[in-house]
Amino acid sequence: MITDLIRETIWSLSSNKARSGLTILGIVIGIASVITMVAIGQGAQSSIEKNIEAIGSNLIVVMPGAQRVGGISQGAGSNQTLIIEDSDAIKSQIQSIKAVAPEASRRYQATARGNNTNTQVIGTVPDYLTVRNITMDIGSFFTDQQVTSSAKVAILGSTARDDLFGVNADPTGQSIRIKNVDFQVIGVTMAKGGAGFSNPDDAIFVPLNSAQHFLAGNVYLSDISIAAIDQPSMASVQQQISDLLLARHKITDPLQADFSIMNQNDIIATATSVTGTFTILLSSIAGISLLVGGIGIMNMMLTNVTERTREIGLRKAVGTRKIYINLQFLAEAVMLTFLGGLLGIVLGWLATIAVTKFVPSLTTQISTSSIFLAFGVSAVVGILFGFYPARRAANLNPIEALRYE
Amino acid sequence: MIECKNLCKIYKNGDIETQAVCGITFKIEKGEFVAIIGPSGSGKSTLMHILGALDTPTSGQYFLDGKEVSKLSDDELSDLRREKIGFVFQSFNLLPRTTVLRNVMLPLLYSDLTQKQREEKAKQALLYAGMDKDKFNNLSNQLSGGQMQRVAVARALVNDPAIILADEPTGNLDTKTSQVVMETFKELNSKGHTIILITHEKEIAEFTDRIISIRDGLIEKDEKQTHK
Repeated sequence: MITDLIRETIWSLSSNKARSGLTILGIVIGIASVITMVAIGQGAQSSIEKNIEAIGSNLIVVMPGAQRVGGISQGAGSNQTLIIEDSDAIKSQIQSIKAVAPEASRRYQATARGNNTNTQVIGTVPDYLTVRNITMDIGSFFTDQQVTSSAKVAILGSTARDDLFGVNADPTGQSIRIKNVDFQVIGVTMAKGGAGFSNPDDAIFVPLNSAQHFLAGNVYLSDISIAAIDQPSMASVQQQISDLLLARHKITDPLQADFSIMNQNDIIATATSVTGTFTILLSSIAGISLLVGGIGIMNMMLTNVTERTREIGLRKAVGTRKIYINLQFLAEAVMLTFLGGLLGIVLGWLATIAVTKFVPSLTTQISTSSIFLAFGVSAVVGILFGFYPARRAANLNPIEALRYE
Repeated sequence: MIECKNLCKIYKNGDIETQAVCGITFKIEKGEFVAIIGPSGSGKSTLMHILGALDTPTSGQYFLDGKEVSKLSDDELSDLRREKIGFVFQSFNLLPRTTVLRNVMLPLLYSDLTQKQREEKAKQALLYAGMDKDKFNNLSNQLSGGQMQRVAVARALVNDPAIILADEPTGNLDTKTSQVVMETFKELNSKGHTIILITHEKEIAEFTDRIISIRDGLIEKDEKQTHK
């Protein structure tokens, strides 16, 4: 019985290759487009998350500002309220922190051998490497000794190096000029990736004291970065820092604080909500293509079976029982949707690879749930609309089915 | 073998009732060669559907081999058609884009026979119906009208049924091919098959031994023929 069923199904599908082929094509395109769409969305999401991770892990940033002048907030970062003593106090008095890096940064024009670039010059301390997860590519970072002595040394971010000395050049020993002060290059950091606005590689690092003395001309910090020892302790570390700085700045009402604290989790949460919106957008596109694909499959299946009403009538007239006719059409629908589904998964996978290959800035990530969703929906639609009209035809009187035009 | 008692078939279309046949009573014995003749609309097609267990009567009784057909379920009717009745349709009704052999094997589907036994039976039936051996693997849409009707006859024969029912078997054929097909039926009858033929052509009915004339849903004449 089962071999009969399988043989009949294969014969039936292969005796009309164009019809079977078109039905499969509809399913393939429906499934492949859903998989590719979701893969691009998920890839974008995870690449944004990775960029945020690259900033540093378990990072807390204290920024000066949000000073109120006559009740009007001037916005974060607008004021100069943080000094090196605040940073030292955090380092010595707060538990559960791994490293503290005070920063005095600003954008300057930097020149070297006639090339120039406008870049972020970050004055900091060696702990910055730990806080921001930076590793060296060439040479070494400056030492605490060089910070204390206000040494005129600089470490280039890989993008800044590319701009000033050319791609992959070794600039150690050369000198660069920032605000009419010459700094000797002693190292280059390893590229971290990320692009545009907050490119961590487009920066020049100099000792904190050098930045304050030669460039900024004041003792204020632009921010203090703190790495907590682990994720769970972040909230308590943030609270401790807040209490400490309020006490040091002699402020009683936390709402009047002259600094603000950002926690990496907040940044991730913001970014996640952005990528979440992005995912919803892509899912709706995928959903629409699934719907369109589903309607296509439904249409093919319905025409396919309606066209064969006479065949169903004939099968019944020569004495095939209803159940076998139903089973055969069910088996045909299952075979078409599964074949189409498998080809669709392969095509979606290839399309995903092609997207990454031709648009390298787009990362992709195939999600198993999208495969199951696409496959499931098309299988249900295909089987339902392949089986239901066949069942109806098999229930007809064979004479009516045979007369069907 | 076949016995009809007061057969009636009434079609309902909304509130309007149409009497296709009513009050038909006759008997056909094993081995007979009968033509049911009548103009279109006379109810002969309805009668053939009832005789072929494709449809059930509204009232009256129909016995096939002593079994009351009008009381059977859909599946029992399917089994009856498969085991006892061979159909030859006017429009041949072959599966398109399918080989001759597979078309003939269709009634044997889901039976206990092996694939080899089925092919053997189908080949025998095809030879019996006068089909050329080298055409067995041709596709059904590559055949001429006469060849298609031979395939249809072979399909009707393959299960070795008690009755062969032919509905206007020559309706789509030219006179010469019609003659050949009728000779085939005659030969089948001489080998013991019971054959019932539905037609509106008097010349075709002349080939048979008994003509039942239907008009307005009733038997008008039922006469035996003697051939010269």
